[in-house]
Amino acid sequence: MVMASAVSSNVVVLVGAVFLASAVEMVEALTIVVAVGYTQGWRSAMEGSVVALLALSALVALVGPALVHFPIDVLRLIVGAVLLIFGMQWLRKAILRSAGLKAKHDEDAIYEQTVESMSAIPSSTSRDRTAFVLAFKGVFLEGLEVVIIVLTLGTSARHLGLAALAALAALAVVGVVGVIVARQLSRVPENAMKMTVGVLLVSYGTFFGGEGLKIHWPGGDTMLILLVVIYAVVTWLFVARLRMVIAPEQAVAP
Amino acid sequence: MRSASSWALRLVRGFARFWWDFLVGDTPELFLAVVVIVGIISLVSLVGHDNVLAVILLPTLSVAALGASVRHAWRASKRR
Repeated sequence: MVMASAVSSNVVVLVGAVFLASAVEMVEALTIVVAVGYTQGWRSAMEGSVVALLALSALVALVGPALVHFPIDVLRLIVGAVLLIFGMQWLRKAILRSAGLKAKHDEDAIYEQTVESMSAIPSSTSRDRTAFVLAFKGVFLEGLEVVIIVLTLGTSARHLGLAALAALAALAVVGVVGVIVARQLSRVPENAMKMTVGVLLVSYGTFFGGEGLKIHWPGGDTMLILLVVIYAVVTWLFVARLRMVIAPEQAVAP
Repeated sequence: MRSASSWALRLVRGFARFWWDFLVGDTPELFLAVVVIVGIISLVSLVGHDNVLAVILLPTLSVAALGASVRHAWRASKRR
């Protein structure tokens, strides 16, 4: 009974982490595609996106099966370290945003930046090619991060199929929301999502990294839930402390 | 032949740049911290065989690294 609940809680955390992380990356990719589509036409933007998705699928087909045959302890150590770094980067950014030390949304800046770079290009036959390349790069690079998250988390937790399904679900949700809200992507609660993903990635990084270094976690997989709680509380404390320190400084500033 | 090798070189450079941005980016302190944490936990767990200490140290050091990086960013923002 305890074993079954530990496995199911592990699966819930895995699906949640992959879904949210994929959704955040896909929102960023969608922002670029929408900006290119609005300014240079949808045909090149869509073509660039589709080719990028095909390239990513080929990459998954190539690397995915090879990773499954990798020694599990070595894989978990590498994955744990990568997730720790990546998760801490996300958490740091989310904490600084929540405390008001960083702008809350990337999407507006990404959109403006893409539109600006597109409008700087003179009207010529190379316009479509540039739009294609921009859409391709946006989808491929953000998608590559999704692929890394799916492959690393999926293979380490031995639920690669489930991780891929969670990413596909995120793709479907972001795609539908993208069609509905189009240019209003900044309304997506990006920082709350990034903070949650950061907590989940750091928790997984700690858990897998520890297993790769032969740590026997008390309670087995259940420890993952405790790690999520610990990192969530610590994050909340960091934000509260930063706000407390910053508030008097802002009151003194003219 | 030359264009093929320059294409391969660009590909390798792009691949290396992606991983550099992905793992190091603008927070090299976090990358270094994780390398150090893995080293310390390896010593404690694989050499010292102290599981309890490793269980406590790994999340504690991760929290400390995150805290130090946030503090560094806050101080940098004060200087600007």
